[in-house]
Amino acid sequence: MSDRLLVATRKGLFTLERKRSGWAVTLTAFAGIPVTNALRNNGVIYAALKHGHFGPKLHRSGDDGRSWRELAAPAFPADAAGAPSLFQIWSLDTGGRHRPDRLWIGAIPAGLFRSDDRGESWHLISSLWNVPERARWFGGGYDAPGIHSVLPDPRDADRLFIAISCGGVWETRDDGATWSVLGKGLVAPYVPPEQAEDSAIQDPHRVVRCAAAPDVMWMQHHAGIYRSADAGTHWTRLSLPCDDFGFAVVAHPRDAQTAWFVPAIKDEMRMPRDGALCVTRTSDGGKTWQIMREGLPQREAYDLVYRHGLGVDESGERLAMGSTTGSLWTSEDGGERWQLVNAHLPPIYAVRFV
Amino acid sequence: MAEIHFTSHLRNLVPDGPLSASGATVGEALASLLAAQPHVRGYVLDDQGGLRQHVCIFADGERLSRDSALSRRIGPDAKLYVMQALSGG
Repeated sequence: MSDRLLVATRKGLFTLERKRSGWAVTLTAFAGIPVTNALRNNGVIYAALKHGHFGPKLHRSGDDGRSWRELAAPAFPADAAGAPSLFQIWSLDTGGRHRPDRLWIGAIPAGLFRSDDRGESWHLISSLWNVPERARWFGGGYDAPGIHSVLPDPRDADRLFIAISCGGVWETRDDGATWSVLGKGLVAPYVPPEQAEDSAIQDPHRVVRCAAAPDVMWMQHHAGIYRSADAGTHWTRLSLPCDDFGFAVVAHPRDAQTAWFVPAIKDEMRMPRDGALCVTRTSDGGKTWQIMREGLPQREAYDLVYRHGLGVDESGERLAMGSTTGSLWTSEDGGERWQLVNAHLPPIYAVRFV
Repeated sequence: MAEIHFTSHLRNLVPDGPLSASGATVGEALASLLAAQPHVRGYVLDDQGGLRQHVCIFADGERLSRDSALSRRIGPDAKLYVMQALSGG
């Protein structure tokens, strides 16, 4: 199990370690500065910052967060259509086992950036930026559309899957030369009915895949929860006994039938029903759902868990969850019981076991 | 040479006290300063070289509008302040 956790928040990056007495903050970095995501790869930690005044930045630490060096943040080239300015680094991901030195950044606006030199330089994937369907993408939660999920295929170095709010789910099978929009079965109720099944306007809030069975993907969509068994080509909406709105989802790393979501009242409210926070889990591919509340606040709770605010370690037993109200919980038993680590952190954007 | 002061929010990037730079416009003076201090560039200008949305510049006491700040002509003894706009806080 992982005994270390990175927590990216509105006021800095926290490193927590699991001691005999429980989880404790052992390091803080970038105090006062929003940290939108963080990643550890090959012994190096990357932190994405978003200064309120001075824009998004990227920093790297080779000593597990004790010291940091600023890297050049990704930038849209002047000849990119529309010539936008980077607003936010939303996702930070590795290239997967075939490309251990590669890093991916998903951005707002919805640019996909690649680095093959440990973050020293970044290149916009212009083939994706130039797809004609981009004209139909629009912002979800932010003014501009953004990329929040980047999933390498552990079986094929040239395959990569991404998800865009709001621009649907996309795949390349030739290492980024060409892209196809996927997502049959997804339905968007927030557009006129004749456009509801347009793949390029879907709002996948977050997509994850099972590491051991990469064809299995789970999606928290703006309208419902979906599962795919063919790497994102077709999706089936699942029926839940609770709210099926939310942002976060994690997949069990080995069991293709198991995933976790954090329900909230749908889009016009975005808070736990009856002020009672729960996590829901399926262990049979989405046929049945367990609603787990032990250790979570059951009255007057307004915690919302963002897209990257739920994490699972490589064992599939240990989870972490951080909320918009700055509460952080962990679970040692697959989410059945939760322990509060801290109720007074800044609003939490991302948690990641490292 | 124009005298350029930076907000204390950038104190870990630029030293206390004014820096000097030459140029006929705010943009030219900034460009010559940022050429010597390239690590500051991305904090003041965005990807496309425009003034960041939440940075504001004062020239000789006047708060410049964001759209025209960089093209504002300045005299050789201009005093510039590069500040954080409160809209970004």
